[in-house]
Amino acid sequence: MSAPSVPVIAQTAGKGAARAAARKRSTAQGSDRRPGWVTYTLLGIAIVASILPLYYAFLLASSTSQYIAQNPIPSLIPQGHFFENVSRVLNSDIKFWQAVGNSVIVAVITSASVVLFSTLAGFSFSKLRFRGRSGLLVFVIATTAVPTQLGIVPLFIVMSKLGWTGKLIAVIVPGLVTAFGVFWMTQYLESALPYELIEAARVDGASMIRTFWHVALPAARPAAVMLGLFTFVGSWTSFFWPFIVLGSSNPTLPVAVQLLQATYFKDMALIMAGVTVSIIPLIILFFVAGRQLVAGIMQGAVKG
Amino acid sequence: MATSTTPPRLDRRASSTPPRAPRRVGFSQTLGRWDVKVSPYLYISPFFILFALTGLFPLGYTAFVSMHQWHLIGGQGPFVGFENYAYILQEPNFWKSIRNTFSIFFLSTIPQLMVAIVLAAMLDANLRAKTFWRMGVLLPYVVAPVAVSLIFGRLFSDQFGIINTLLGYVGIDPIGWHSQPFPSHVAIASMVNFRWTGYNTLILLAAMQAIPRDLYEAAVIDGASRVRQFFSITIPMLRPTIIFVVITSTIGGLQIFDEPRLFDQLGQGGPSRQWMTTTMYIYEVGWGNQKSFGRAAAVAWILFLIIIVVGMINFSLTRRISTDNSSKSRKKVKR
Repeated sequence: MSAPSVPVIAQTAGKGAARAAARKRSTAQGSDRRPGWVTYTLLGIAIVASILPLYYAFLLASSTSQYIAQNPIPSLIPQGHFFENVSRVLNSDIKFWQAVGNSVIVAVITSASVVLFSTLAGFSFSKLRFRGRSGLLVFVIATTAVPTQLGIVPLFIVMSKLGWTGKLIAVIVPGLVTAFGVFWMTQYLESALPYELIEAARVDGASMIRTFWHVALPAARPAAVMLGLFTFVGSWTSFFWPFIVLGSSNPTLPVAVQLLQATYFKDMALIMAGVTVSIIPLIILFFVAGRQLVAGIMQGAVKG
Repeated sequence: MATSTTPPRLDRRASSTPPRAPRRVGFSQTLGRWDVKVSPYLYISPFFILFALTGLFPLGYTAFVSMHQWHLIGGQGPFVGFENYAYILQEPNFWKSIRNTFSIFFLSTIPQLMVAIVLAAMLDANLRAKTFWRMGVLLPYVVAPVAVSLIFGRLFSDQFGIINTLLGYVGIDPIGWHSQPFPSHVAIASMVNFRWTGYNTLILLAAMQAIPRDLYEAAVIDGASRVRQFFSITIPMLRPTIIFVVITSTIGGLQIFDEPRLFDQLGQGGPSRQWMTTTMYIYEVGWGNQKSFGRAAAVAWILFLIIIVVGMINFSLTRRISTDNSSKSRKKVKR
């Protein structure tokens, strides 16, 4: 790249430059050089710090409560009671299976819906011309920063008027669209979908919805996958609203984990087994699709 | 393209392309114009309708509810003006919750941002196995706050926790992570940091990679040290991203609920409410003993205004700090 050119300039640019170039050569500066062991060590510490608490949960989940009480620092080798503890969780008073099912239902429906409606709106905002477009788009961007969580009181009032409290639909409906999703898809389609493709489809006589379905949606796929993943993670981990509106009779997974803690607070092995079970699905998802999550965050950052 | 359109088109071409029937053109043109005019609104309408109903309306209606007596079960009562606000503002627990929220917010945002910038700078180097390191720092993001809180609640346990045990080995007395206000804030902030540092690292990393490399080359020619480059180029060039990260963590951090709620099994923010945040207070007022939606809505509305104000302060503060730096560096680079 441009790094080899630096010494050349340095020779013609006076004393300070020569010194700098010399230092550059001697101390391995510049982004194309491999970093030293210090960098790897510090990054290694960061990664250990992100894994260790999770492993700690697994260690406690595979111990007995007695062992936990006797050993504040558990042995790094699991004690082998994991499946026993998990089955105790599944047979407890908390509806854990139901919670897993509920979490899957909510996460799948909201992800699919957010992706569909965001792509639809993003297609419209990025590629179609209509009155009030820029104003409405500014509105969408502004609303990404609105703390809508603070509207829980009226939202709860509405849900109980509809008779939806304790039902999954009360969690699903507020999650069907996000302002962030619309913004995200608009940004992506702006650059990823050429006007020529749309025009070609229109000239061929495709209606707007056909153009969307057969041209815009396939073009939006990479961004749609990422948006779907983030929505899934967000839905799977969300606690506040499901906790308020669902209650203990029909919990999602985080609510069930909270119930475990509240009910069996003395049985740490049991609680941690529940915690571990609730974490595992997303850890698997992370190993399958972690690259997309990384890429999604990094792309979103550059554009947003 | 769809299979359904292909056969007729092939047929037409095969029969030496007869032009389309004129009457159909007329009709489809009207239809087409209508399609072009209405479709854009139709496609954005699901978002706007659903968002208005589940996001904006409740938020606005919060102000209305806060002006009324309103019971969780009994429903709407008489209009009381600002009585709910007056009541809330003289409640010591409300002020405690504000103190706790801000304390946890500062303890999480500032160290997290600093660590994230350093981590991002290290990830920005030409590492081997880049994806591995990036995924490694992001891992905690997929762990639910509820799970993080239970795990860290145990790590920070007052009697049998790993952290107090380890501190004991180096001769430090056990810290009352659950019994004293400030240590409990540190513990809760560490949960937030655990989950979000990696996420923000990647955002900052992306922004760092977008900095033109010739700026660094120019700095090298001017004899700037590595540290000087970091403070005079990297940080100012990250300005918009730092603002973005700070604003996002302001909005999220001031509404924190999950982590403090599960820090102990009672979920009330400690015996003397020493780690009860404002969102937890909303819950307590609305769904706890008082069951007063009017007062809960008043707290929610106050918190909403606080978030807006703090967001704006953050925005101008971050902008001013980094503008000073960047104007210096701009001069330097242009030279």
